Amino acid sequence: MRPEVVDVMNDYLINNWGNPSSVHSVGRRAKKGLDEARELVASLLGSPPENIIFTSGGTEADNLAVKGAAYAQKNKGNHIITTSIEHHAVLDACKQLENEGFEVTYLPVSNDGIISVEDLLEAITSDTILISVMHVNNEVGTIQPIEEIGKIAREKGITFHTDAVQSVGKIPVNVEELQVDLLSASAHKIYGPKGVGCLYVRKGTKITPLIQGGGQERKRRPGTENMPGLVGFGKAAKLALEELKAEMERLTKLREKLIEGILSSIDEVSLNGHRTLRIPGAVNISIKYIEGESILLGLDAKGIYASSGSACTSGTLDPSHVLLAMGVPYEIAHGSVRMTLGRDNTEEDVEYVLEVLPQIVKRLRSMSPLSREKSERAYSSKEHYQHV
Amino acid sequence: MYNEKVMDHFNNPRNVGELENPDGVGKVGNPVCGDIMKIFIRVENNIIKDIKFKTFGCGAAIATSSVLTEMAKNKTLQEALKINNKMVADALGGLPGNKMHCSNLAANALHEAIRDYMQKRKVC
Repeated sequence: MRPEVVDVMNDYLINNWGNPSSVHSVGRRAKKGLDEARELVASLLGSPPENIIFTSGGTEADNLAVKGAAYAQKNKGNHIITTSIEHHAVLDACKQLENEGFEVTYLPVSNDGIISVEDLLEAITSDTILISVMHVNNEVGTIQPIEEIGKIAREKGITFHTDAVQSVGKIPVNVEELQVDLLSASAHKIYGPKGVGCLYVRKGTKITPLIQGGGQERKRRPGTENMPGLVGFGKAAKLALEELKAEMERLTKLREKLIEGILSSIDEVSLNGHRTLRIPGAVNISIKYIEGESILLGLDAKGIYASSGSACTSGTLDPSHVLLAMGVPYEIAHGSVRMTLGRDNTEEDVEYVLEVLPQIVKRLRSMSPLSREKSERAYSSKEHYQHV
Repeated sequence: MYNEKVMDHFNNPRNVGELENPDGVGKVGNPVCGDIMKIFIRVENNIIKDIKFKTFGCGAAIATSSVLTEMAKNKTLQEALKINNKMVADALGGLPGNKMHCSNLAANALHEAIRDYMQKRKVC
């Protein structure tokens, strides 16, 4: 978190401890802080403040959007359209709705990780009540054509949700321009606290609350407000908006240097996701013949913290559902690494990665049985080996 | 996630590489899970005189391969066949739960290599 965010949160933990629902002066002070936080978050999204519902994070916002919109319209239809590369907060909420009798279409993506608007048009039926397409994918950073989809959804009168957890604060996000009815965001992705997020709900869009309680958040998300978290979110949103343009330019330069450097210094490596339609700080690469977790361990030993679409980091057997949906073969998906550049990263950091990564790759490839057998094509994803 | 011993074997793997004209080769793995291991053995007078490995996989996969080669070296074939995956994990001081199944295959690769050796010998 940014120190400015920590300072304002501390103030609400220590001095400004009131409950914004209370009538007394401490409570009224908290109410003022809550209103300000809502305005700041709304400004970042180009929304009126009253259309912002605070939640416990992106996951809750996604669940409230997808389930809330489905339940509110179940008399109108039972068909939902989403994509195969959504975050599990949306995917698993859709799976749950399928169990409850809704029908869900999961749109495929191109090798670049982008859905086709034609596919979407074909999928729409008279029963379609909700379209949910993420703005930016969390693993590869690819940007989806949200404005185009928004236009179609609005023409057809279908509720449109976008999970913008990965785009807010990284690229301009304006709910009017995107023509969305529902939009999820998260505080910790913009250097705010974890456990705080919001859902933008356009005026007139119906959602059924998932929990019941007091009247907070206009009854759509009851529960006493997480005041330190919300003011932290507000402060982080203010800073993100102020610095957006400069940070985009700076990070795009660093990203290009990193991508170019990796592609030119390592053989048989590929960039995952669209080459240019991606958020400034996102790099996702697949390195053939070696496995993602071992690359991460190598990087970690050198003080570089990355993540992976590898199964071995997630505790499941399957590698990234996003890379598989993009048509990346299993064994190559296993060798994927995600590197995210953020506000603390410098050009020296990129140079350091470019110095260290080729050495790690060389070492791991020298240990890999695949490197020398690449011509045999012995390990196609369809073949199965003894596994006791 | 991993203990020091596992990290030591990952960072400084023992007996990594291939043997020229090995007496036996064993290969196991699962591309779905993302681990493939290959073990090479040289056998003299019923004893594993030399052993090397090559592994594609996560930290646990590499560390288990490495420690297995230490465990099997200079053992008789009968002793080596008694080494199982649990013993390999124990020799490393334990592995995270989700790694016990998918990445702990080194003993299987060794057994495959011994079977390969025995089959070749029968033919000769």
